[in-house]
Amino acid sequence: MNALRGLAILLLLQAAGEGLSRAFAMLLPGPVLGLVLLLVALQWPRLREPVAATAEFLLAHLSLLFVPVGVGVVMHLDLVSRHGARLLVVIVVSTWLGLAVTALLLRRLLPDDARDEPGDAQAS
Amino acid sequence: MNEVVQLWVYLASTPLFGLTATLVVYVIAAALYDRTGSAPWANPVLWSVLALGALLVSTRTPYPSYFAGAQFVHVLLGPAVVALAWPLWQRRAELRRRGVALAVAALVGGAAAGGSGVALAWALGLPDEVLRSLASKSVTAPVAMGIAERIGGVPALAAVFAVLTGLVGALSGKYIFNALGVEAWAARGFALGTTSHGIGAARAIQVHPDAGAYAGIALGLQVLLASLLMPLVFRWLA
Repeated sequence: MNALRGLAILLLLQAAGEGLSRAFAMLLPGPVLGLVLLLVALQWPRLREPVAATAEFLLAHLSLLFVPVGVGVVMHLDLVSRHGARLLVVIVVSTWLGLAVTALLLRRLLPDDARDEPGDAQAS
Repeated sequence: MNEVVQLWVYLASTPLFGLTATLVVYVIAAALYDRTGSAPWANPVLWSVLALGALLVSTRTPYPSYFAGAQFVHVLLGPAVVALAWPLWQRRAELRRRGVALAVAALVGGAAAGGSGVALAWALGLPDEVLRSLASKSVTAPVAMGIAERIGGVPALAAVFAVLTGLVGALSGKYIFNALGVEAWAARGFALGTTSHGIGAARAIQVHPDAGAYAGIALGLQVLLASLLMPLVFRWLA
């Protein structure tokens, strides 16, 4: 029951976010505004248990949710092949660069972090 | 034989097919991923997408009739984005303390990923519409499509680039971080969410709860920053 109640809350806030986004011609998409609304709504203790139940379930299976869009990509691979291997080089190199810059910058900016909670380099 | 074909034609045209195929293939892929101890190459999104793509192509099932069922999974992306508020709220004190550092990292890291992609594509002589579709590749696919439309890119291309970028990050992040000696879960997760959005965040959530929470923050910040800044940057460049 809690998980269903949580799903109802998440959907309501997403709908409110979509409404706000349209009504005020906001640049932010509805679900992101819904996220902000939920951050505010969680001040109310009664919402926490149902939201936790649904959020933990949805986020644990987040990768499943990308499968339908991903299959669409397979159907559009001609778009990628038209521009050839250069595109894959661009995507791979820029992603590695982004990962490296963000991770190194954060190691500099959050210096206590590496000592506090060292990651197990094997597992990630 | 003829009856089997007729049954297939019937099943493939109902929403039951897309939904069942998506769940069954994903459950198998996720079990194999567990079996390998979450090895990056065994990424369940990658293998589910390849298996379902092969199924659709070999049975000549059009994507729209697959999506008629798969949309019931797809629609949950919305509430899942809203649900990212939960790990954020649980870590609110810590985030308030680190807010400035995280905002700087999101801005610089996102600019490095998107900017280097556009610059490299320009240097390699790729056409203008491709450059404009590449800019938003570090933002989660549905938002990337909206941004591409506003800055003169092609939405379908932007979605392809976003999914490929997500998979590259989820598959190779571990090796990049280990090579650079970045050990902290917060930094690893945040970097994955910044460059590889939801697919990177899904990987981070599976690896460690701290990495997952920071990846969720990074994903949300990237959506905010890219939606607000990218149209401005492209207007200024034009």
